[in-house]
Amino acid sequence: MTDYQLPESLAQIREDFLALEQRDRLLLLLEFSNELPELPARYADHPDLLEQVVECQSPVFIFVEVDDADRVHLHATAPKEAPTTRGFASILAQGLSGLTVEEVLAVPDDFPDTIGLTEAVSPLRIRGMTALLGRTKRQVREKTAA
Amino acid sequence: MAVPVDTSPRFSEYAHPERLVSTEWLKANLGTPGLVVVESDEDVLLYETGHIPGAVKIDWHTDLNDPVQRDYIDGAGFAELLGSKGISRDSTVVIYGDKNNWWAAYALWVFTLFGHEDVRLLDGGRVKWEADGGEYTTEVPSPARVDYPVVERDDSKIRAYKDDVLAHLGNPLVDVRSPEEYNGERTTAPAYPEEGTLRAGHIPTAKNIPWGKAAAEDGTFRPLAELNALYREGGAGIKDDDTVIAYCRIGERSSHTWFVLTHLLGLPNVRNYDGSWTEWGSAVRVPIVKGAEPGAVPTR
Repeated sequence: MTDYQLPESLAQIREDFLALEQRDRLLLLLEFSNELPELPARYADHPDLLEQVVECQSPVFIFVEVDDADRVHLHATAPKEAPTTRGFASILAQGLSGLTVEEVLAVPDDFPDTIGLTEAVSPLRIRGMTALLGRTKRQVREKTAA
Repeated sequence: MAVPVDTSPRFSEYAHPERLVSTEWLKANLGTPGLVVVESDEDVLLYETGHIPGAVKIDWHTDLNDPVQRDYIDGAGFAELLGSKGISRDSTVVIYGDKNNWWAAYALWVFTLFGHEDVRLLDGGRVKWEADGGEYTTEVPSPARVDYPVVERDDSKIRAYKDDVLAHLGNPLVDVRSPEEYNGERTTAPAYPEEGTLRAGHIPTAKNIPWGKAAAEDGTFRPLAELNALYREGGAGIKDDDTVIAYCRIGERSSHTWFVLTHLLGLPNVRNYDGSWTEWGSAVRVPIVKGAEPGAVPTR
């Protein structure tokens, strides 16, 4: 896998974080947090469709869609009192959305450890994002296993 | 030059009412020379979304813990941290945070390890501040650096290590985790599976009083009579002259209980076992009890 190339969207996010000082990385994470879109109405009305990511320190729920063109869309919701978790979800939602099933499944499981946030938020907290990525990939596998 | 204490009648029943301030008091005293307000949260970004005007941020993980060893920062590190936040040795520090002041209490406990004398909690934390119409700003203050003396941590009085707990067995122990963790049904706290252990259960003889029971719905501490019912006769059975150790998973929730027992009930000999279950539940050959009963002191 030495020739593996991270999809452009994720590579750009990583580059943006790594270009900043630690303190500014937190502010960029806050920007992501604020950009987390509202759930589409069809899910907001159906909490039963959402999966809770229990590894995160605050309640966060995700739902993965795979469209007819085999493109992945990640939806997530977390309370405003949990900006770090919202930020993690937003990074993945923006970084993964529109990628193909194959591309999403190929994203390294340790991607969250590589974007320069471990020191800014602490290794313990970054594990919440690892869990989000893991559950997203599992949902993608389940939804394409037909 | 300490800032005058909050004389609200509802605090006067506690043993050390000077350890609490109300939202009204804080609104009236913001900007008073000698007062520094500190926010300490579980969520590392919450401060950035908006905080009490003038408040500085201290993060339990990235600021108060040593980045390599499982321990707190040392005297030099603490002096550097506080000096950079504009806190002097004689500053009045008021700490507040999310989750019923869970992390704020933890920060207060660490401040106490270094003997910082005047450190108080904002009763109810962020939730109460918001409910009472308190203002937030995203403007981060840049306090002028001050000299904070290098004072070595005193771990002997309010901190317990694993061996201290072994020697303590037979005296009151309070396990402040959820019943599921206490019973041994799970090796992690609900919603915190990343802090797991190899074994589940509790330390023999520990009584289970989940920390959150000390907080009312609005996040403030419960009245003294209710706290007494929880921890003294009829509850955990703690008496005035007992030595007590509280623990949880990493020592944060039990800091909240330590604050209640020490400053609200006025018990003089309470220690927090910060190694807590993440150490005990993975340690070799320490006694463990599973199930809802406290269990007995092991005979060997």
